[in-house]
Amino acid sequence: MTLWWIGDVVLMVVILPVVVYLLRGVLEAARSIVPSVREISTVAATGSKDLDAAALLLTTQDQVEQTVAGVANYGGSLDVIVDDAEEQG
Amino acid sequence: MPAAGVVMIIAVLAIVLALVYYLVSTIMALRQIADGLDEAIAGVGEIVEKSAPVNDVVTAINGQLDAGVDLLEGLLVKKAGLSDAMGLIESVYPGAAAAGLRNFPESDSVDAPRIGEVYTRGTLTLARLGREAPIAAASPADEVLRNVEGGSLAARLLYPNLRQTSPESLPNSPVIGTDAPVQYEQRDDIGAPRRRLPVRRA
Repeated sequence: MTLWWIGDVVLMVVILPVVVYLLRGVLEAARSIVPSVREISTVAATGSKDLDAAALLLTTQDQVEQTVAGVANYGGSLDVIVDDAEEQG
Repeated sequence: MPAAGVVMIIAVLAIVLALVYYLVSTIMALRQIADGLDEAIAGVGEIVEKSAPVNDVVTAINGQLDAGVDLLEGLLVKKAGLSDAMGLIESVYPGAAAAGLRNFPESDSVDAPRIGEVYTRGTLTLARLGREAPIAAASPADEVLRNVEGGSLAARLLYPNLRQTSPESLPNSPVIGTDAPVQYEQRDDIGAPRRRLPVRRA
């Protein structure tokens, strides 16, 4: 009977507090992740929205291509019109 | 049942209740995490999908811009010479000559002439236009039109003699406007219908 009472005391004083402490730690850790995950999802949605303008890169590519072509034509004409530095010296 | 047994049952029940409460709360938190991760994964998926062609497009743009830079650098060095090209770059973009040209590794060690301090940006270009250019008419085969000590006088003397000595100064352009020294009255007959028709010849 004495051992039984000792077991009861150990159960109430040691086991139960330890179980509650560990479970509370797990719960707090899980709850602390929730706002971080929500922030991540918000940032991902915002980043995805920001990338809507990425399609305009195709327009930029076309315009760069046309600009470089114009520069090339202009440079070719200048190459014909302007004397080379070596020829003038 | 002895009292010790009742106390043990109560203790076990308390432990079970604590387990149920905390585990259910943990499950709820994990479900919220899972929902949030689903949203995040959806957003990340959109990011991946939208950014997929960016690499190819930017690479193509860089390739075309590289070709443009190669063309312009080569043309500038070919027409102005490496030293003058670096001086021209330095005059337009101060400090840029130190970086040098990409296709001319020796350009970063060139002592760039201080073109911008003596001439305007277009002067050297005009001088390089050839023997027909007025500024180069007097010295078609001389060195580059640059004289730090002489300043603008050296460049001015390169113009044809007409603009420098005879006459001393060219006639001024006429002054027009309401405060001009010579006022020209507007003729009423200009633009008006003819007073008399021309005589027809038979």
